[in-house]
Amino acid sequence: MGIMKIDGYPVEFTDEPNILSVIRKAGIDLPTLCYHSELSIYGACRLCNVEDDKGRMFASCSERPRDGMSIKTSTPRLVRYRRMLIELMLASHYRDCTTCVKSGDCVLQNIAHRLGVNSVPWGYRERRYEKDFSSPSIVRDPDKCILCGDCVRVCEGIQGINAIDFAHRGTDAMVIPAFNKHIAETNCVNCGQCRVVCPTGAISINTNIRPVWEALADPNVKVFAQVAPAVRVAAGQGFGGVRGENVMGKIVAALHRLGFDEVYDTTFGADMTILEESKEFLEVFKKGGPFPLLTSCCPAWVKFCETRWPEFVPNISTSYSPIQMLGSIAREYYADPAHNQGKKVLSVGIMPCTAKKAEILREDLKRDGKQNIDYVLTTQEMITMIKRAGIRFDDLEGEAADMPFGMGSGGGVIFGNSGGVMEAALRSLCEGSDRAEIENLRNSGVRGPGPLREFIFKYKGNEIKAAVVSGLAEADALLRRIKNGESFYHFVEVMACRRGCIMGGGQPAHGGFRTKEARKHGLYESDINTQIKKSNENPTALAIYDTLIKGREHELLHSHRH
Amino acid sequence: MLDSSFYTKTDEILSKYPAQERSLIPIIHEIQETYNYVPIELLPYIAKHIGITETKAYSVASFYERFSFEPKGKFIIRVCDGTACHVRQSLPVLERLRSELGLSDKKHTTDDMLFTVETVSCLGACSLAPALMVNEHVHPAMTPDKATELLKELREEASKS
Repeated sequence: MGIMKIDGYPVEFTDEPNILSVIRKAGIDLPTLCYHSELSIYGACRLCNVEDDKGRMFASCSERPRDGMSIKTSTPRLVRYRRMLIELMLASHYRDCTTCVKSGDCVLQNIAHRLGVNSVPWGYRERRYEKDFSSPSIVRDPDKCILCGDCVRVCEGIQGINAIDFAHRGTDAMVIPAFNKHIAETNCVNCGQCRVVCPTGAISINTNIRPVWEALADPNVKVFAQVAPAVRVAAGQGFGGVRGENVMGKIVAALHRLGFDEVYDTTFGADMTILEESKEFLEVFKKGGPFPLLTSCCPAWVKFCETRWPEFVPNISTSYSPIQMLGSIAREYYADPAHNQGKKVLSVGIMPCTAKKAEILREDLKRDGKQNIDYVLTTQEMITMIKRAGIRFDDLEGEAADMPFGMGSGGGVIFGNSGGVMEAALRSLCEGSDRAEIENLRNSGVRGPGPLREFIFKYKGNEIKAAVVSGLAEADALLRRIKNGESFYHFVEVMACRRGCIMGGGQPAHGGFRTKEARKHGLYESDINTQIKKSNENPTALAIYDTLIKGREHELLHSHRH
Repeated sequence: MLDSSFYTKTDEILSKYPAQERSLIPIIHEIQETYNYVPIELLPYIAKHIGITETKAYSVASFYERFSFEPKGKFIIRVCDGTACHVRQSLPVLERLRSELGLSDKKHTTDDMLFTVETVSCLGACSLAPALMVNEHVHPAMTPDKATELLKELREEASKS
């Protein structure tokens, strides 16, 4: 608590962890390349340097605010200093900016513009390293790396993976996997959080735009898309829209204009996941174990469990993730000549997630050796396609998703939030459509801040102990406690990305606290505005058990992981 | 794939230190002392034992000049190129050593595994500049001719043993 002076103006501070936060609260957006409020403080980029009344310069990210302090944020000396830092970074950066995938969205580029860096007096750096295309999810381009360490800290600190780290030193220093292996040969889970925090083009999404575009142009191919819940509250941001606003209608319209024959809603698949997973849970619950049942929706989490905690793999639900549910059922549907009209069918998933690009390749999710989904495009790739086609997103009139897989429940739509899968699953166990009961569940602790939430749900006189966790480092700690017998749960939802899919590795980057909150509320609001709240009351999902599945749940809706 | 004797020896080294993250550098150090280099295959093994990731072990091991992933020669010649040695003509000494041994700034070790020539930033022996070290022994006030002489002596020493 106290008051400090920033550029002559008094600013009150309370529990801000550092001066930088106070400065930003005061409305001054100091540039930074290595500061993310949820990562450990690193103090490497030095762009947030400020000057105190004695003329001392220090990094405001790694200094606590003190009462009576007086600092200046952009004296001529500081401005010169920041510009010099950027010039040095640009000198050692492989500057193919005009053709770089990150151009226009690059933090380094934006800061260089802002600070008026118009030339680099120290020459030009040639390409030194090969790009790493080994992963289906991300592409590494070490020549673009500015060594800010954001990816290293998110991978190690938040995800507990440490697939990449600094190696060598001085001018040879770089961020690479151990032994300079390809990223696909490491324990990388494809979550893409490194790409979200990367300020440059050093880590980017491995894009599948080209083959999808070719299929869209081919009159002999029927291309359909499914759009995941979290996409609708983030895509608007790519077109300068309101944070967190649900723009599903415009997305559907844009995809139709791009040439997708049908646009379905993955919320339908989410309802299918709940139908199967809640059945599975009740079986386990009645049988008395093995506990906990672990959710299966997040592919980064599944891979993490397989590599780090193989003993818990049998606890993972075998129910398909929503994308696989819809993909598998649509495959059945389009096997019918009445539906495929004699054309080849291409199945595309529009996802907030880079790990889904890897999930669709998994052997245990293939049927007859064929993938259920042909390509996954991330939200960011979809935005790129819409822009490339020149479609004015803002001017589009919303359209509804196509039937028969275009309708989902409120439970399905909140899947994109951490806690959403759990809430939808438990909601489906609520008797009837008692609003009060659904309301109680909402307030039970399943929603809320923090990466770990534990709560008890009352079911027919029994208590279901549940936990919701996001961020794999947190999940790792939770599994350790479960293994050591320190914690016990019947049902645990795990999502690899903090806050869930809304902050997935394929979403538009640069989301701060307000963006995160807005996306979360956007999904909860979509739930409120949906007539059918419970997945097990979605009539279109229930209907396909008779028309398409016909008792083949095990074959069509479950993984053969174990 | 390394011979199993490497792992036996490593186990012996590991047993001397607590299985904690902070033991990493002392352990790699002892491996380096034992083999004159750090067989890279041992890093994941060490990392697992002390409970860190192999990425972290590689990060640390690749940072320090002292640790080498390449086998080094019997005689490791470290030519000081700190400020004092540099101004007193350490580079001609380095160049003479390299040309006599057919080495360069890319190739540090002779094919017969007898000599490794490296530079170091400072040996802390500035009053003896230009200085170099052969293994643990300091040679002061070097000249290119003295370097040629030194190589001759070292070859003789090697042939005797």
